[in-house]
Amino acid sequence: MALVEIDNLTVEFGAKGDALRAVDGVSLSLSEGELVGIVGESGSGKSVASLAMMGLIDFPGRVTADRMQFDGQDMLALPQKQRRAITGREMAMIFQEPMTSLNPCFTVGFQIGEALKVHQGGDRESRRKRTLELLDQVGIPEPGQRLSAFPHQLSGGMSQRVMIAMAIACNPRLLIADEPTTALDVTIQFQILELLLSLQQERGMAMILITHDLGLVSEAAQRVIVMYAGQVVETGPVPEMFQQPRHPYTAALMKALPGEARGQARLETIPGVVPGKYDRPTGCLLSPRCKFATDQCKTVQPGLIGPEGRQVRCHTPLDADGRPT
Amino acid sequence: MSASTDAMPVLAARDLMKHYEVAQGWGKPKARVNALNGVSFDLAGGQTVAVVGESGCGKSTLARQVTLIERPSSGALLIDGQDIAVADTSEIKVARRKVQIVFQDPFGSLNPRKKVGAIIGEPLVINTNLSRAERQEKVRWIMDRVGLRPEHAGRYPHMFSGGQRQRIAVARALTLQPKIVVADEPVSALDVSIQAQVLNLLMDLQEEFELAYLFISHDLSVVEHICDQVMVMYLGRAVEFGDKETVFAQPRHPYTQALMAATPHIDPEKRKRRIVLSGELPSPMNLPDGCAFHARCPYARDDCRTMRPELRMVDGREVACHHAESIDAPGQ
Repeated sequence: MALVEIDNLTVEFGAKGDALRAVDGVSLSLSEGELVGIVGESGSGKSVASLAMMGLIDFPGRVTADRMQFDGQDMLALPQKQRRAITGREMAMIFQEPMTSLNPCFTVGFQIGEALKVHQGGDRESRRKRTLELLDQVGIPEPGQRLSAFPHQLSGGMSQRVMIAMAIACNPRLLIADEPTTALDVTIQFQILELLLSLQQERGMAMILITHDLGLVSEAAQRVIVMYAGQVVETGPVPEMFQQPRHPYTAALMKALPGEARGQARLETIPGVVPGKYDRPTGCLLSPRCKFATDQCKTVQPGLIGPEGRQVRCHTPLDADGRPT
Repeated sequence: MSASTDAMPVLAARDLMKHYEVAQGWGKPKARVNALNGVSFDLAGGQTVAVVGESGCGKSTLARQVTLIERPSSGALLIDGQDIAVADTSEIKVARRKVQIVFQDPFGSLNPRKKVGAIIGEPLVINTNLSRAERQEKVRWIMDRVGLRPEHAGRYPHMFSGGQRQRIAVARALTLQPKIVVADEPVSALDVSIQAQVLNLLMDLQEEFELAYLFISHDLSVVEHICDQVMVMYLGRAVEFGDKETVFAQPRHPYTQALMAATPHIDPEKRKRRIVLSGELPSPMNLPDGCAFHARCPYARDDCRTMRPELRMVDGREVACHHAESIDAPGQ
């Protein structure tokens, strides 16, 4: 039995008849100790999907799903109070911007202690001890002094470590990391990634790594989900999916990376931009930007087809030579 | 070295330094931030020098000196053969036309209350005596060059996507037909598919106008794609400087090696042996003794803590490391 089971998750914003579908029928299943990467450009719905899992989408956003289970419990049917007992303890999230996610008015020690107080209780002294332990685990030097530091006294890397300490405070079974390293410098990025991966392995947590960096996912994740304009366009195991991408979007993204195009004068580009609310194509969402688009692509939306774990949303998926079939 | 030293440089920096004074609080003496501690390089037309480093390494300060936003504290900065450090205000005004900048964030660098045509034409209003019709003619011409349609001139920046906005910013930088363009992280705020479009545009324009680029970035894969020479900076100094091929094939400075190893790759063969750097950048207010990198360097020895290494030629590029010869490159 998988830890997380999500079927056909949809998130909509705006008036009922004229809604923007930020997430459109996303399905995901995740076992304990597994690391899944979700990749996509801005506007692909990867962050909104993770917020919906955490139950952080408020009215007027609408979250619907055929099934959304965490550890056998139906998250959508649970009363709000019980759900909040799970989020933060059993499932935790790390946000993109450590500098803006921490409350500037409270000390680091207070903010980590708060998570412990809400979910685990215990007296002040035991919470303090646990906070120190956590700061030490995430590699913050002199944790005793840092307890009374305010977020503005910490660098970006240190703030992200504090965020991680807060997320793992209650030993979660699922950790969602939404662009955990994007706002950081390259060498610090690497430190934080190493820290997350070692924590994940030590504790056997399930982890969802959300990022726009294909290189990062291919190094860290076991499975990848590629999203485009709210839809899953391809799923597959690493490294097979990157060796032989079947969706034209995945293939084009990989070719657009400067590091992968060594020796070429020009980079291959994907013309145009991600469709917004008012210019959604009727057929395949990628069809205006896809160089292989046929008449069928422009009129009929392709479904997500293929065996479990290696699915692709395309009428003419690419073969081993990168040609449409 | 390559063609960059053969041609006459349009931009030359010699031992460029910039210090800032910052208040420490009531009654305390002012502290000095050593943002730029002696940087030298040459840049010829049609060439690209990339400046790489983490935040706080002085790359944006360098951009501010080169674009004449600030004057360097000491050292020489030659733009088209003229030393800016000793030039008077009117000479600097003329020189400013030769250097333009493209900023990192196209959502913050375009005035939201001006139409695109006015934004692109503004440098002409300030720097030239062209008539309105001539200015419009020029704006249309440059918009065509960067791939914007003529009707875009009447729209506001919020009507454009990130990639289009960056095209507008590039067009604004090129209206005066400068010789040098400083690109301060021009693609780091953009998505991968859009980033490739903007990089291609920059390369096409460089070819067409013989532009010299000072390309500032923290993304080594972008740098490797676009530049001719690469300068890796750490705490206001260059630690490694040389031709792209030489440096990327076999980095000699431990910091360059660590930067390259930290860049994730899809292709498992390109992944390098990981060098985990502990700690973070020291404060530029009190620079460490000896090599600025010694506290984070996995190879640091006693002489690194006391003696500051100067840039010297090793293996076809300049490196500031006492032990550059003995450090094996992870690329090999």
